Amino acid sequence: MTQPASAYFIEERHDPNETHTLSVLVQNEPGVLARVIGLFSGRGYNIESLTVSETEAQKHVSRITIVTTGTPMVIQQIKNQLDRMVPVYRVVDQTLTGRSIERELAMVKLRGVGDARVESLRLAEAFRARVIDASTESFVFEITGGPTKINQFIELMRPLGLVEVVRTGVAAITRGPEGM
Amino acid sequence: MTETKSHDANQMTGAAMIVRALIDHGVEHLFGYPGGSVLPIYDEIFQQDQLQHILVRHEQGAGHAAEGYARSTGKPGVVLVTSGPGATNMVTPLADALMDSIPLVCITGQVPTHLIGNDAFQECDTVGITRPCTKHNWLVRDIKDLARVLHEAFYVATSGRPGPVVVDVPKDVQFAVGTYHPPRRTDVHISYTPQVKGDPVAIRKAVSMLAGAKRPVIYSGGGVVNSGDEACRLLRELVEVTDFPITSTLMGLGAYPASGKNWLGMLGMHGTYEANMTMHDCDVMLCIGARFDDRITGRTDAFSPNSKKIHIDIDPSSINKNIRVDVPIIGDVANVLGDILTVFKAEAKKPDIKPWWQQVATWRARNSLAYKKNSELIMPQYAIQRLYEATRGRDTYITTEVGQHQMWAAQFYGFEQPHRWMTSGGLGTMGYGLPAALGVQVAHRDSLVIDIAGDASVQMTMQEMATAVQYELPIKIFILNNQYMGMVRQWQQLLHGNRLSHSYTEAMPDFVKLAEAYGGVGMQVIKPGDLDGAIAEMIKVKKPVLFDCRVASLENCFPMIPSGKAHNEMLLPSEATDEATAAAFAGGKALV
Ligand SMILES: Cc1cc2nc3c(=O)[nH]c(=O)nc-3n(C[C@H](O)[C@H](O)[C@H](O)COP(=O)(O)OP(=O)(O)OC[C@H]3O[C@@H](n4cnc5c(N)ncnc54)[C@H](O)[C@@H]3O)c2cc1C
Ligand SMILES: Cc1ncc(C[n+]2csc(CCOP(=O)(O)OP(=O)(O)O)c2C)c(N)n1
Repeated sequence: MTQPASAYFIEERHDPNETHTLSVLVQNEPGVLARVIGLFSGRGYNIESLTVSETEAQKHVSRITIVTTGTPMVIQQIKNQLDRMVPVYRVVDQTLTGRSIERELAMVKLRGVGDARVESLRLAEAFRARVIDASTESFVFEITGGPTKINQFIELMRPLGLVEVVRTGVAAITRGPEGM
Repeated sequence: MTETKSHDANQMTGAAMIVRALIDHGVEHLFGYPGGSVLPIYDEIFQQDQLQHILVRHEQGAGHAAEGYARSTGKPGVVLVTSGPGATNMVTPLADALMDSIPLVCITGQVPTHLIGNDAFQECDTVGITRPCTKHNWLVRDIKDLARVLHEAFYVATSGRPGPVVVDVPKDVQFAVGTYHPPRRTDVHISYTPQVKGDPVAIRKAVSMLAGAKRPVIYSGGGVVNSGDEACRLLRELVEVTDFPITSTLMGLGAYPASGKNWLGMLGMHGTYEANMTMHDCDVMLCIGARFDDRITGRTDAFSPNSKKIHIDIDPSSINKNIRVDVPIIGDVANVLGDILTVFKAEAKKPDIKPWWQQVATWRARNSLAYKKNSELIMPQYAIQRLYEATRGRDTYITTEVGQHQMWAAQFYGFEQPHRWMTSGGLGTMGYGLPAALGVQVAHRDSLVIDIAGDASVQMTMQEMATAVQYELPIKIFILNNQYMGMVRQWQQLLHGNRLSHSYTEAMPDFVKLAEAYGGVGMQVIKPGDLDGAIAEMIKVKKPVLFDCRVASLENCFPMIPSGKAHNEMLLPSEATDEATAAAFAGGKALV
């Protein structure tokens, strides 16, 4: 093995990457989101999607859902690093539970007239997207679903006059009676 | 202090609360530097005599002094600095303490709340800047939260894996009056509950692995020292009961005594041959409070390839970070070792490992710390050996700066007790040792405190000599003066064709005059024959001393695991000919 002259041991890792969805229950104190994001940027982890909102107002508890990719060892590190943070109560790897439901909401704006407009309505119906705003030359669709479904919908809308998209990011919950 | 009409003794200003909280947490000394945004706190300090404030000359000095204080006592170190530049000067010690798991509570002043975000005079985003270099931090915007946050700060800094915390207090909160409450059991951060007790199933599994080992090794680290005296006692007992060989990281030195018969010396990049070979060839590795740092593992794919690994650590993120282990045990060292010993003594018997010890003896016989003696020049290793001989058996604490001298200190000074060795391991902060020595001396007034220093490092925080003189802290700064940034020069020689780019410190100050200028004592030794006498004199002096020990300038620190190599490919001093060195460093001729 040759490597450049260095005081560090430069190694390549070849483990395949996996995508995991993590639910993180945190004390909703100032700076908590910055802390979580700073952890990801500081340690070079990926964030594919991140959503956060207070879920139990009286207890000042917020729930963050993060979709991230990495080798199995890195994913384990991410969970441990999150878990050791002082304001973090719990981290659940939704992907490992194998029983998670993931949803995302997107609003999709289209501009067009004539056939394209008709076609977009037809597709929207097939995807159970709702029209939440309309003008003579535009629509805004609201669609909920897993990220794959939303990606598909957006791809189909692209040739029909797609103007812009906004997505909430993934929220995840486990099936069955138990909470996290 | 702002007078209030209430007669409630717990009604007080924020500034008074800070002082009260420190006293309630048993703080006797704090290190700091005043400025506009902490003046109300300084005013409170002035009006009491339970807390002693040590005025440093640079906030970085306060931080490292508090680290030395903390490491040598097991208590948290406390720092008080002003907003803006005071806080930014603390960043290095905070990062240092985070890396080395040192408990610090740092209180920073902040501009008044209504000015926050306005680019006010001496404003900086202290919580933002220190977030990645603290275990946790707080900005206290409301006097109602102050007492609770201060108590939480002590809890977070000292529990679980210790670390530095920052409490940022705007000036108006220092002036505001509120109700103080003494520490209560509920003043813990509710979402932070580190696991102390190890899983009994994992402990049983570990014991059966230990009992079945043929080629075991104990690899202990700073976590044993963090855990405390009981952990060190149990570690010694475990070695006694199992008769296993033991090595330790730089951070763990002293937990097991260097004179102990099972001691292999330090492991890792500059560790002994026997320690690294034992690690490489073992079949069962018991890692206790160490974090498989890259200075230890070398190439991770070639690290101890045939062993089953047990890892005890209080921080789950230390486990499986660099090296996959077979039996992780999350918990506090003292707690887990106690359980392991109980189970081992009840259910297991020490395995017969005589052949393994014979193998270890052959590695020891390589004498990997050998160096060429010289009658004209003081060899740096020899200087440390003489210092060790002159101070052994005394009540001595050693700190270091960063570089070759640090490694030689680790190799040649024998530590018999924990908490006697203060060094910047993780961050490798030049300038750590002098202020750290100061902090140690504050905690141990009558002990001998020596900073084993390099000529370059010591200039980074030299100003703290004035602090030492002011508080009559007779620290001894033992400088191995090789005229170079030796460690950098060594890497340049080994890796960059001996092109010594900016690693020679021209215009070296006259350390003797410098010491005198500060009101301390300066000494210089050039000849090996004069060394012992001079060291004896240094120890006798009851003042801060700068000891300029002129050593061979081009000596390299061996043994060494070259980059990209495994533990069993160490470069030994006797074999470090130019060709062998060139071949050992990957990339070969093109690079060397
Ligand atoms: C120039 C230079 C060269 C170096 N060369 C070497 C070398 O050759 N060999 C070497 O060993 N080091 C060397 N180091 C130091 C190295 O960089 C690391 O700092 C060191 O190896 C880490 O020590 P450690 O693994 O004991 O971990 P520490 O940093 O001390 O971490 C302690 C571990 O214990 C855990 N812990 C803390 N408290 C507890 C508790 N109560 N119970 C259970 N677990 C706990 C923590 O979670 C952490 O995982 C060098 C440093 C420098 C600057
Ligand atoms: C603050 C800081 N800057 C730079 C470095 C990089 N560095 C590591 S060792 C070293 C040289 C230290 O020289 P000296 O203090 O003379 O010790 P020696 O190696 O000669 O014993 C340098 C520059 C560092 N560790 N810390």
